[in-house]
Amino acid sequence: MNKRNLTKGLSYLILFLGALIMLIPFLWMVDTALKTAPETVQTPPTWFPKHWQFNNFVLAFKAAPFITYFINSIIVTFLTTLGQLVTTILAAFAFAKLNFFGKRPLFLICIGTMMIPGEILIIPNFVTLSHLHLINTYGALILPWLASVFSVFTLRQTFMSISDELYYAAKIDGSSDWNFLWNIMVPLSKSSIIAIVILQIIGSWNSFMWPLIVTNTDNLRTLPVGLSTFTSDAGTEFQLLMAASTIIIVPIIIVYILLQKHIIEGVSKAGLKA
Amino acid sequence: MKNKKITLKSTLVAYMYLSPMLIFTLIFNFYPIIKSFALSFYTKYNFYTDQVSAIGLDNFKYIFADPDFKKATINTLIFVVGVVPIAVILAMILALLLYRIKFLASFLKTIYFLPFVTSTVAISLVWQWIYNDQYGLLNSFLGYFNIKPINWLNDPHWAMFALIIMTIWKSLGFNIILFLAGLSNIDKRYDRVAQIDGANTWQRLRFVTIPLLSPMTFLITVNSVISGFKVFDEIYILFGGNPGPGSSALTLVFYLYRAFYTESQYGIAAAAGVVLFLIILAVTLIQFWYSKKHVHYV
Repeated sequence: MNKRNLTKGLSYLILFLGALIMLIPFLWMVDTALKTAPETVQTPPTWFPKHWQFNNFVLAFKAAPFITYFINSIIVTFLTTLGQLVTTILAAFAFAKLNFFGKRPLFLICIGTMMIPGEILIIPNFVTLSHLHLINTYGALILPWLASVFSVFTLRQTFMSISDELYYAAKIDGSSDWNFLWNIMVPLSKSSIIAIVILQIIGSWNSFMWPLIVTNTDNLRTLPVGLSTFTSDAGTEFQLLMAASTIIIVPIIIVYILLQKHIIEGVSKAGLKA
Repeated sequence: MKNKKITLKSTLVAYMYLSPMLIFTLIFNFYPIIKSFALSFYTKYNFYTDQVSAIGLDNFKYIFADPDFKKATINTLIFVVGVVPIAVILAMILALLLYRIKFLASFLKTIYFLPFVTSTVAISLVWQWIYNDQYGLLNSFLGYFNIKPINWLNDPHWAMFALIIMTIWKSLGFNIILFLAGLSNIDKRYDRVAQIDGANTWQRLRFVTIPLLSPMTFLITVNSVISGFKVFDEIYILFGGNPGPGSSALTLVFYLYRAFYTESQYGIAAAAGVVLFLIILAVTLIQFWYSKKHVHYV
């Protein structure tokens, strides 16, 4: 089967070439981050730094309050993800298993809001938060993201697939809704929940426009916003810019590599449902 | 007892479960949607006191007369048309190839998906450096083919092109994963039947796999179009807080951001947001109407 081997070889060739193009920006970033300033502007560019400058990372950390940005990003990502997870689990349970007046219209309204581009919400939310005197606080960074209709919708689908018989059997055995939700529903839906959490972590960690708008001092900026302000200070110090970019990209890549099976599964599932 | 009765008690219990989510959704989701539409009609509005002294269509009249808004709309359309077809077709080809191999498939998937998880801000900075006209990697690569350095980010003729290339690069992985999910959902028997009937690889692809994949292709296209209309972060970073040389990368969301954040023209920004919403809605409806004829659901 010579022809078959040929197509297979060609497939791999294309796929590896594509993968290389996907990787080059990352490699180039790390490569530049390890060069001296003169070497970054050398022509033709070099792929292996002559003298590895790990010091660039130290310099980048010193040049801007990246530690503060880092801590802020962690606080905001953690609280947003945790808060959203709780509101999502409770609401998804109600929509999946409980009966109440107004269930269908409420659900349809929720779904309807997913059609609206989030950019539209920015102006009124900014006005609301400034009337609450919350601009430039953690509150502004976290509160608007504590509920996600998309997550509720995704988790509701998973909860629906858990049989009603199981629910009623547990109720007859005297288990309360609350216990049933946390002891049976949640563990059974582990993979969906992990997917929701990971997508939220990625979204929160990388979020840019909103934190840019609601923060105006260094002590509250998150990494992406801090990095963008750093660019105007760093000017043409490419090795420092790339060191700073590496600092913000590496943690999420570590999370990704550790949990990639769940991420890819989660994205496929969420995509199939949408 | 499949359908338990709805009682006052069961309703109360349910709303207790819903309340944390509802409170935040009401304040930061439902209310702002209504408020945003209202804001677009406020022509005299004191933001500090939340007092409206005049309403009307002036905000819409203003943006429709504003050459920048026209430019932003055209640029956004160019961007969407530039990105979506290539991004979708490339992702489909790569997914079809990935689906047929076993060895290293998950390793390759990991690499293709990498840009999706990385910060747009950080990776746009990297691309800014790659696009650098003097020392950038791209120009020095093109130099091997005797192509003169291109001023990617400062030449109005190239800025949009540079933005489109980077966006395609960044969106590929996500679309590939969705295509792979679509492919694994196709019943393998269809392919086998076609094979027994003597269809070759290309014919099976053309007449079996691609038509059966069309619901996913449709979903990915709609999704790419919607996110294309909302492009912002990439532009902000790539062009250092500006909408590109000569506003060549000014898009609708950038226009909205500028009117709101830089110029504090809340009514005008809200009106731009409403127009953005209507455009997205119209385009999505057109796509759904088109899909009725061309998407094959099994």
